[in-house]
Amino acid sequence: MSASPRYQLQCRECRVEWGNQPVSFCQQCFAPLEVTYELGRIKQEISKEEIAGRPPNLWRYKELLPLPETYDASLPVGFTPLVKAPALGERLRSKSLYLKNDSVCFPSLSFKDRVVAVALTQARNFGFEIVSCSSTGNLANAVAAQAARGGFKACVFIPADLEPAKILGTEVFGARIVRIGGNYDHVNRLCSQIADKHRWAFVNVNLRPYYAEGSKTVGYEIAEQLGWRLPDNVVVPMAGGSLITKVNKAFKELIELGLVEAKNVKFFGAQATGCSPISAAVKAGRTDIEPQKPSTIARSLAIGNPADGFYAAKTIVSSGGWSEDASDPEIVDAMTLLAETEGIFTETAGGVTVASSRKLFAQGRIGPEETTVLCITGNGLKTTDVLTGRFAASEPIPPKLAAFEQYLERELVSTRVAEGAA
Amino acid sequence: MSTSVTVSIPSALRRHTDNLDQVQCSAGNLDDLLDALGTRFPELKPHLRDEQGKVRRFLNIYVNDEDIRFLGVDYKFNEGDEVTLVPSIAGG
Repeated sequence: MSASPRYQLQCRECRVEWGNQPVSFCQQCFAPLEVTYELGRIKQEISKEEIAGRPPNLWRYKELLPLPETYDASLPVGFTPLVKAPALGERLRSKSLYLKNDSVCFPSLSFKDRVVAVALTQARNFGFEIVSCSSTGNLANAVAAQAARGGFKACVFIPADLEPAKILGTEVFGARIVRIGGNYDHVNRLCSQIADKHRWAFVNVNLRPYYAEGSKTVGYEIAEQLGWRLPDNVVVPMAGGSLITKVNKAFKELIELGLVEAKNVKFFGAQATGCSPISAAVKAGRTDIEPQKPSTIARSLAIGNPADGFYAAKTIVSSGGWSEDASDPEIVDAMTLLAETEGIFTETAGGVTVASSRKLFAQGRIGPEETTVLCITGNGLKTTDVLTGRFAASEPIPPKLAAFEQYLERELVSTRVAEGAA
Repeated sequence: MSTSVTVSIPSALRRHTDNLDQVQCSAGNLDDLLDALGTRFPELKPHLRDEQGKVRRFLNIYVNDEDIRFLGVDYKFNEGDEVTLVPSIAGG
């Protein structure tokens, strides 16, 4: 008789166990499946010292991920910087502010590299040749890049009007893109139907329970980078709502394994006002999600019918946290605020996180002395279109020292005038 | 008044519908439709509504590509409407 698996799928509602297979929902009650682990066994195998001796990437947490017995760990995904942010902190009125900077995640510059890295180990394990996804952009980039590296064929589905940089950043890897005339929720429904019919590895449909576990590594890294302790608060952007639930799961596992001291971390969600079904639920004091039709520049968060909305709202409410949302102008202002204070250029989703955090601090929902981590999940070079026209184009000057002196004089005068006016 | 609509059945539910992937139903609105499906396929019934009779939380229902929650649960079907059942929306 073989030993019981180290991990397997379990229904989040009726708790029936389903072993390991490429399926995302309970065949009895349709609730989503989640990976469950034998933490008692893992506790014997894992220690801080052991982890500290491993390469700085997400594979260092292998015992806590649903990885097959053999997998390719050669791609150094994850372990992005946790940056102290005193200048932004001053503006937000925080004395202990950190940024988890996944805008520089390898290889495709968003946190989606993490989930795809885990999903593709299982795609290979289950014998798939074609990998796929429904995507608002970042996931398509991550699937395309890692499929190219792993020798999979990739075919991804996106809303037709996605940002050009995200389309190009998928095509360059040789992936096939199917553009769908509709919003992400239309794309997503179609992908559920395709996955029901074709034997493709949809990382966020039939491989979703495994895929989503990759997000836990954000939580493990935050704890390890804080010196194996948990922050007081985490602010997380929400699209499908999975990330916030997985950072919470990661913290709970670390507590259960004795790797960090127990602490009730407060979870705060951030959404765009133009697509805020989870935020609206939290503010109305409910966990049932009413779907919305997205209308926001934060395209990567534009999911009107979030798969984990119910669980995200529950995570926030039960932790004593809150959720905020930001308008399009607030998002762009926050992108430039982060860039100017901390030198980090994030995409619109990061703008949502910073803008929402600003409100949470101003409302006193997050205290200035508390250690707070903002999750910056994507890179600003992918959404430059929202900054078009924000900065005046400068006139070229001749390559002569005299011309530069004139320029300097002119600029100094205009700066003085501006400062005088301020 | 009843209207003829086509219902697409996902593979997870076909064991309860004699393996049919499409079913024709005569129904005026969603309530009628779920009743009609439950009467014709008794084993399907508990997968459509919970013990309180509410539509199951994780069952998504679309009418001609639109989430029925946008149309309103009282939406009156039009002749030839296509209804799609999708268990547990994924993505994100």
